[in-house]
Amino acid sequence: MKRYWGFVVKEFYHIFRDFRTLLILFGIPVAQILIFGFVVSNEIRNIKISILDLSGDEITQKVTSKILAGEYFELHSYLAGYDQIESTFRTGDVKEVIIFEPGFSENLGKTGNASLRIVSDASDANTGRLIATYTEGIVMSYVRESMDETAAIPFTIESRPRMYFNQGMKGVYMFVPGTMAMILMLISALMTSISITREKEMGTMEVLLASPLKPVQIIFGKVTPYIGLAFINAIMILILSYFVFKLPINGSMILLLLETILYITLALSLGIFISTVAKNQQMAMFISMLALLLPTILLSGFIFPIENMPKILQWLSVIMPPRWFIVILKNIMLKGTGILFVWKETLIILGLTAVFIGLSVKRFKIRLE
Amino acid sequence: MPEIAVNNLFKSYGAINALRDISFQVDKAEIFGIIGPDGAGKTSLFRILVSLLLPDKGSIQLAGLDVVKDYSQVRKIVGYMPGRFSLYQDLSVEENLSFFATVFGSSIETNYDLIKDIYVQIEPFKKRLAGRLSGGMKQKLALCCALIHRPEVLVLDEPTTGVDAVSRVEFWDLLHKIKKEGITIIVSTPYMDEAARCDRVALMQNGEFLGISLPGDIHKAFTKILYELTPEQGAYKLLKTMRSEAWCENAWLFGQSVHLTINGNTSENQFLSYAKGQNIEFRKITAGIEDTFMELMKTS
Repeated sequence: MKRYWGFVVKEFYHIFRDFRTLLILFGIPVAQILIFGFVVSNEIRNIKISILDLSGDEITQKVTSKILAGEYFELHSYLAGYDQIESTFRTGDVKEVIIFEPGFSENLGKTGNASLRIVSDASDANTGRLIATYTEGIVMSYVRESMDETAAIPFTIESRPRMYFNQGMKGVYMFVPGTMAMILMLISALMTSISITREKEMGTMEVLLASPLKPVQIIFGKVTPYIGLAFINAIMILILSYFVFKLPINGSMILLLLETILYITLALSLGIFISTVAKNQQMAMFISMLALLLPTILLSGFIFPIENMPKILQWLSVIMPPRWFIVILKNIMLKGTGILFVWKETLIILGLTAVFIGLSVKRFKIRLE
Repeated sequence: MPEIAVNNLFKSYGAINALRDISFQVDKAEIFGIIGPDGAGKTSLFRILVSLLLPDKGSIQLAGLDVVKDYSQVRKIVGYMPGRFSLYQDLSVEENLSFFATVFGSSIETNYDLIKDIYVQIEPFKKRLAGRLSGGMKQKLALCCALIHRPEVLVLDEPTTGVDAVSRVEFWDLLHKIKKEGITIIVSTPYMDEAARCDRVALMQNGEFLGISLPGDIHKAFTKILYELTPEQGAYKLLKTMRSEAWCENAWLFGQSVHLTINGNTSENQFLSYAKGQNIEFRKITAGIEDTFMELMKTS
């Protein structure tokens, strides 16, 4: 135990004496969360749309005015037929066309089903998708409100729970959990893998191996300081998002923090695993960036929704730890749900952690290669 | 029973044979030196000794422990100083020392008497970061760190490489003090002159031991007549001329002079008359360790 603490103290010396490490540890998270929150925030505002109303009845008009009511959309024009859609998009001003099918309210009354089509300009794929989602959200909330009033219209449009719980549809709400998952993954995995490979590069690993220290002691000694620091990071992100972006934390704070610690542990075990594969710091950094950062951004549902991905990528996203953590974060922070709703994701993260720790301990060499 | 017993050790990296059939024994509290050029296999041998590498064939006992099977026991009784400076450069002298003490489950105070003589020399700089120490200081600190747990066997891989001449002498004085504590020391060096400070010396070349002897006896392996030629200038030019002569068996530079042996087909008189004819100043000398090594390298 004394050996272990000696190791932890040594690690803290390393961290606090290296300005760059400190900068990566504390500067980058703050910068990233602010950048993602303010700049990259994909909130939409005053998007010009056109309407092709083939039905022209009371309900379509209500829906239209509901869509135009907020500050998100602005009416550009009413179209007269399908043939105008393409030319409208060509002007570049219009980002979305909403088409109501003929006999919209009639269908709704008879079958309980009516459809409207949302066509968005996907030249900017991300914004295109976002606009469509927003529109969908507004239509849904209209359906919901009407249900409360009259109970005449059944719930007919497929709902997206995320939109439901983010009624203001603020981009920040979607970005904070994703950014948090990304930052924690990156900081924890990158820092541990680098600090272990640095020992290899500097030759100090040779001395450590020749000492009576056990691999477990080396690994846990390495990891402990980073659990603490990454945890402080997580709290910093939460405080920032609470005070700067007014992000609510509806669920249990304790559960949120426990899940965060679990996720940090997973990220650290990934970092250790990387260090057992990488021979030097550069390689460790490269693997961390390529194998962790990109998939975290692309495959975790952080930016691109998982359900829109090809099947293969959907399967691949299953082993992406951030995917599950983002779900947990959204559940606890936005929906305010408890462990009953996130136990599956929690178990998956636990399982992945066990796998990576097992692999690392197995791969950790007790001798030089 | 010897403290270190190495039997028929083999190690290869792919096609390269790093160690070929190495066997030797070292007694308790002996300073055993291994002298050889870079790439001779010294580091591989030492890493196997401290259980950091597995041998392909052969066995090693360290204080009765098998280094492969009982590696975790071996690591408790060995003090190892790798060839490269392997301490934490961003930790101070004191922090490095106390870290390694804790790692070995000891403390600076417990074994202070063992390292005292060395530590007093670096103590004035104890708050300085290890990365900012001079070469000699670094090596003394590394030695302290390797000694802090009072090991039974001390393995030092080229501890004096890159260290100035004065510090080298001091360093060897320290090793002799440590030896008096009953600690067995096995040390490698590329410097021939350090051989004299060992109890026994092995010459190593291309993964093989060329011979083990007392430092004073090394030259006895040298059976030929050795001439020292001292030109007024241009020793290297003379060396080239000598090497091109048919009767020259082996010639090498030694400071400002050339040492050479003549081959068996040439009589001494033939050489003498040649040398006089060329007006080269020469004399017969007794071979030193370096001469022996050059000769052994040539014949092996």
